[in-house]
Amino acid sequence: MPPSAAASPAPESRSALPEPGSAAAAAPATRAAGGPPDLADRFASRTDGMTASEIRALFAVASRPEVVSLAGGMPNLAALPLDTLATEVAELIAQDGQVALQYGSAQGVPLLREQITEVMAAEGIRAHADDVVVTIGSQMALDLVTRIFCDPGDIVLAEGPSYVGALGSFAAYQAQVLHVSMDDDGLVPAALAEALSRLAASGRRAKFLYTVPNFHNPAGVTLAVARRAEILELCRRYDVLVVEDNPYGLLGFDGQTYPALRSMDPDNVIYLGSFSKTFASGLRVGWALAPPSVRDKLVLAAESATLCPPTFNQMMVSRYLAAHDWRGQIKSFREMYRERRDAMLGALGTYLPDGCRWTHPDGGFYVWLTVPAGVDTKAMLPRAVRARVAYASGTGFYADGLGSRQLRLSYCYPTPERITEGVRRLAGVLNAELEVLHTFGSPDRAATRSVGGGARLGPQTPSPDTT
Amino acid sequence: MLAGGLSAEREVSLRSGRRLAAELRDVGTVVYEWDADATLLDRLRAERPEAVVVALHGGEGENGSVQAVLEMLGVPFVGTDSRACRLAWDKPTTKAELARAGLTTPDWVVLPHATFRELGARAVLDAMVARLGLPLMVKPDQGGSALGTQVVRTAEDLPAAMVDCLAYGNAVLAERFLTGTEVAISVCADPEPRALPVVEICAKGGVYDYTARYTPGATTFHCPARLPESVQRAAEQVALDAHRLLGLRDLSRTDAIVTEDGAVHVLEVNVSPGLTETSLLPIAAAAAGEHLGQLFSGLIDEAIRRA
Repeated sequence: MPPSAAASPAPESRSALPEPGSAAAAAPATRAAGGPPDLADRFASRTDGMTASEIRALFAVASRPEVVSLAGGMPNLAALPLDTLATEVAELIAQDGQVALQYGSAQGVPLLREQITEVMAAEGIRAHADDVVVTIGSQMALDLVTRIFCDPGDIVLAEGPSYVGALGSFAAYQAQVLHVSMDDDGLVPAALAEALSRLAASGRRAKFLYTVPNFHNPAGVTLAVARRAEILELCRRYDVLVVEDNPYGLLGFDGQTYPALRSMDPDNVIYLGSFSKTFASGLRVGWALAPPSVRDKLVLAAESATLCPPTFNQMMVSRYLAAHDWRGQIKSFREMYRERRDAMLGALGTYLPDGCRWTHPDGGFYVWLTVPAGVDTKAMLPRAVRARVAYASGTGFYADGLGSRQLRLSYCYPTPERITEGVRRLAGVLNAELEVLHTFGSPDRAATRSVGGGARLGPQTPSPDTT
Repeated sequence: MLAGGLSAEREVSLRSGRRLAAELRDVGTVVYEWDADATLLDRLRAERPEAVVVALHGGEGENGSVQAVLEMLGVPFVGTDSRACRLAWDKPTTKAELARAGLTTPDWVVLPHATFRELGARAVLDAMVARLGLPLMVKPDQGGSALGTQVVRTAEDLPAAMVDCLAYGNAVLAERFLTGTEVAISVCADPEPRALPVVEICAKGGVYDYTARYTPGATTFHCPARLPESVQRAAEQVALDAHRLLGLRDLSRTDAIVTEDGAVHVLEVNVSPGLTETSLLPIAAAAAGEHLGQLFSGLIDEAIRRA
């Protein structure tokens, strides 16, 4: 369907808009007479947190092959059958090119939405294709959900630590994140109850609870089945919506799956799914499954954001699901990731100094590591990069400055041998850092970190491959 | 165009390289952008470029290593030769050279981790504060883009600052903190060294750190600087003196603080100035009405001529 003129102003019309006051705004900061205007003065205040950071600079080095990057979250696509996919793409163009290369529905290709309901059935979800909204990766679903629910200053509850890309979305809409603690069984119901009642006592209510129940990013833990009903009940009682983000649910190393929160409370849960980890992250196909009233708002928001998700990519995923043993493909992904998880846990046990502890994931991509007291993982990152190993420091996974003693290690992409080597290098880095800390008496950083540190949390985040 | 590399300034270097490559293409130069990795030697031998522009920042690209390799292969390149790079790369050595020649640079001490460990951190830090006062600047003894650089305002913050700084290198350069106008003066030698207009730096957060350098709008630049003519000439002369004293070639950038009395204190001298959209040399060139591509095209001709 063609875009409406209102939804997509043509670029030319935008540049034709008058910009009153632009000359005056540019004048004081101009670099030289006749130089370009200083557009930086005109940014919206919500971009204040979007700054360059040393962390991003270091991640640029991590992408080089000389560095063992345990920082990124890139799925390993080596097991994909590229030859057959190539044939599939050629056929898609030859047979359906007129549709695949055209605008489509803002809600997504109908056939794919049907197929998505089948994928979700593996985790106990019974849903109708009408309630599925296809998005450009589940990241866009997260953006849309935040957009339609959060005004500046609104509260969002999230696990601590939480997915860095979600924190980025919340920050972009100036929502305030309140972290709820986790343990080895995931989100702690008592902590959630306390947070909810504290908010209620102060006359406030969170807009939603954002949670990654399965094989958590970055914590590597899974929400115990016994806790799920309790958490849903708490959210019901306090009238708080649940946003369930489940990109890793089918990647349990023993083939195990867990009942989706959505399957237990369809009316109060927005479920986000993705093909990024089960098929191909580069196609950027994800989805939201939402109660009808929310779904309609999501479709309208999606229309204004992108008109429609890429038809070609959706049809590609649809063909893949129809013609290939996608369950078998996920099984081979699982086996590959399990081998890598084993390598990482083995190396951590072998090499790391005393005083470290880490989670033991049963699926997904990540181990969450707590280092000895005194070590600041963000401050240590330059040392790690000099030693040719990279990790994601913990503060990026919190909106409130916590996490300086933690870091995330991902085992999804490097080979088992490289993972072992990376952990060995990391151990050397930790030992050297501990030696320096010993020299300086493990200084307390609380004072220095509180200065301006908080404002930069969002942007330390994510090089594109860390999500 | 060599850009990238494995230093913490990789990202900055890639941006410098892309920017300069585009400017050079504007003036008809054929440019290939290569990373400095294990394929470099084979590529240099196979493609035999007429000249190499080193847009690497930090590490191998600035400490003379890459330059030494280019010299061994006999490939003409723009910039300072390997030996002078090695000298200028080490900030304390640079400061000592300049001070010996009579230029002023903030008082400093440089100490490796081992000294703190063996003599006791507290006593050494106390002595440091007694000598330099507070606040003071702490920076890694090598490297650029202000990575690892911070202002330390209280004695309690010093130990953590040392730990942070030592993550970037093996020694700490502690410097007396001067207040004044922060300026950068680029020198271009085509072939006679001449100074480009002085750029004045006003970081909105007060400190021209990494974030202030590479976030659009975080820093305001004035070029020419809002300083008296005589002070600007003096700053230019300091940069020219530093360029000559350190034996630098083709281009350099001197960062300095001008104190209230008009004195110019050299902070650092860079053999591989940044060339990104928010970098100082391109701002100075633009203010002088010079096209960056033309400027570098001249330097490339000069590199080929002298080879």
